[in-house]
Amino acid sequence: MPVIAFRQALRDAMDEELARDQNVILMGEEVAQYNGAYKVSQGLLDKYGPDRIIDTPITEEGFTGAGIGAALVGLRPIVEWMTLNFSAQAFDQVLNNAAKMLSMSGGQLKVPIVFRGPNGPAEYLSGQHSQSFQAFYTHIPGIKVVAPSTPYDAKGMLKSAVRDDNPVVFLETEMMYGLKGEVPEEEYLVPLGKAEIKRAGEAVTLISFSRPMQMILEAADVLEKEGYSAEVIDLRSLRPLDEEAVYSSVVKTNRCVIVDNDWPTASFGSYLGWLISKNCFDSLDAPVEMVAMEDVPMPYNHALELAVQPSVEKIVAAAKRVMYV
Amino acid sequence: MAEQVLMLALSPTMEEGTIVTWHKKEGDSIAQSDILCEVETDKATMEYESVNEGTLLKILVSDGGQAKVGDPIAVVGEPGEDISGLDKAAERKAEPATVTAQPAAPEPTVAPKSAAPQPATPQVSAEQLKASPLARKMATERGIDMRVLQGSGPAGRIVKRDIEKALRQVASRGPAEAIGIQGPAGPAFIPTAAGPAAKDERVPLSGKRKIIAQRLAESKFSAPHYYLRIDVDAGAMMAARQRLNALLLKDPVGKVSPNAFLIKFVAETLKKYPVVNSSWQGDAILRFGKIDIALAVAQEDGLITPVVRDCGSKGIVQIDRDLKLLIDKARNNKLTPEEYNGATFTISSLGTSGILEFTAIINPPGSAILAVGRIHNAPVAGEDGTISVRSQMILTLSCDHRVIDGAVGAAFLSDLKAFIEYPIDLLY
Repeated sequence: MPVIAFRQALRDAMDEELARDQNVILMGEEVAQYNGAYKVSQGLLDKYGPDRIIDTPITEEGFTGAGIGAALVGLRPIVEWMTLNFSAQAFDQVLNNAAKMLSMSGGQLKVPIVFRGPNGPAEYLSGQHSQSFQAFYTHIPGIKVVAPSTPYDAKGMLKSAVRDDNPVVFLETEMMYGLKGEVPEEEYLVPLGKAEIKRAGEAVTLISFSRPMQMILEAADVLEKEGYSAEVIDLRSLRPLDEEAVYSSVVKTNRCVIVDNDWPTASFGSYLGWLISKNCFDSLDAPVEMVAMEDVPMPYNHALELAVQPSVEKIVAAAKRVMYV
Repeated sequence: MAEQVLMLALSPTMEEGTIVTWHKKEGDSIAQSDILCEVETDKATMEYESVNEGTLLKILVSDGGQAKVGDPIAVVGEPGEDISGLDKAAERKAEPATVTAQPAAPEPTVAPKSAAPQPATPQVSAEQLKASPLARKMATERGIDMRVLQGSGPAGRIVKRDIEKALRQVASRGPAEAIGIQGPAGPAFIPTAAGPAAKDERVPLSGKRKIIAQRLAESKFSAPHYYLRIDVDAGAMMAARQRLNALLLKDPVGKVSPNAFLIKFVAETLKKYPVVNSSWQGDAILRFGKIDIALAVAQEDGLITPVVRDCGSKGIVQIDRDLKLLIDKARNNKLTPEEYNGATFTISSLGTSGILEFTAIINPPGSAILAVGRIHNAPVAGEDGTISVRSQMILTLSCDHRVIDGAVGAAFLSDLKAFIEYPIDLLY
């Protein structure tokens, strides 16, 4: 099976969907002539032309709104945000137009659109460009939010997102664009809303999504060497959420650590922790632990930048706390 | 810091225990898992394994004394430590039934020596107790009193492994050697007693005796019993048994007992009458999903009802093997609570004592008990009027009328008779 990078998997997904459906378009800053700020849209302009691969002005609210308008009249736009940090400019369009149209039109208007781009911290980007947006977007009823962690899932889920009739916020991360993995040549889809058990175990459940998956798999290795078998869950999709996969694992292991590389207050991880506490109450032998980013703006100093984020050591320590070892 | 050693709940139904003998004396150093003392519970004698470390500073309840679950029985700490406030046995309320009736009688064995006002021993309520939700659930399900456990989690939180440890202790304890109970020793020739002793003697109740009294009184006084008697021809069953035993001649476990046959016949009949395999729950009737049949087994100091689980899906030989293990454990006081609780139906047999027929008291949570008399030769009038001598057995079914109406009980018993007399019917 071919081994390709995460960015290539995203590119291939868009390429296949652009070829499959005339209504699919890609728009955003530098997606066309520059081939994408992170080269995710490499070669698509040459293949599909400027009518479908559209460079936009640097105005997130404007082009996000234009994309939503295009979706309302029948296209299936993919809107690339150069980073999720810039999507703050476009937040009103997502919150009040994309997410609400279906409900407020009594089901008459659907908004089949994908917003995608890198989310969360990369490196040396300081406070304003290192932010995680999963909490902001999963908070909103009416949109789906997904965050794959492998090239395979990235491709299969982006294709599903394009075909979905709801607005989908598709979270990538800059640090994963070069991550390589096996992706089959033949076409496949990965459904939105299904978690994946990456590794079966008995002693503790470790849950995350997106980039920290690499950390929790590494933490599971460390625990394994010390004699504790951790079950590792990749949520892949935050909304809809595969609650069943989470609960059946926690009921089995009686303990759980959630890793969410975002501020802890009112975060997606804290919401998931509440769900688990409520639905697995009688199965819990320890409070649900969460390893999150520290509750501060991201420092520029690299040592501090790393120190405020989740790490393998922090995850192992949290797992040991819930295992009482 | 000095700590009190509390009486542990060593069986799910234990409310108080009697110290049989201390293995440590004051001044001895104690390590975790050392055997501190032996405790007679309601069902068995258990070794009390220490969860504390240090020096045994004071024994609060001495040999023969009783303590309620959660009451302090000793103090452990560092030598020379101030243990004032910790060194009082719990105040025991006089038990009206035994004490006020005879005010002149000596105090029960363990009356506290000191009646000085004592700082209350920490009375931890279930709500204040620190325990994980899972530990609470497990403790409730398995009948563990968490107040006497020491949590190994942060700030003394009781967690899953603490409950598991307590369960292991309950399961592995129960040697009878210390108090000299052996298996039945066979007939003993005792010189004829010289008549009653000159004086009345008050025998303190053992934990087991109290539980037997309480449970049977509760059953007899709350469940409206009625009784159905039937004569059964045991010839076919005994012939089948003989044939089976011939087949098993070389099997080291030995012959299959008639009880195994009876249990199987009862299990098959219960399949036809699930209402007999049920329990009165006050606001509902619980129909058990499995057929777990207990057999009452006499012990030197009481009786116990080991349970053969899931008899509906076991064959006679398997039932017999299970039963032999259980009876052996019962006679050695080694049954764990899981092995004697929760029968859905009970069989009591006094045939080996020569009893022809009797009525038994229902063993909760079941709703019926079968009393089995001696298999004996008796003249039976056949339908054609001829008299022949047959191998007969009298069965008496006690039913809880709240659950089982007379006609159902009668149909059950009549079908049971048919199965015993024509075992091939089981296959139809």
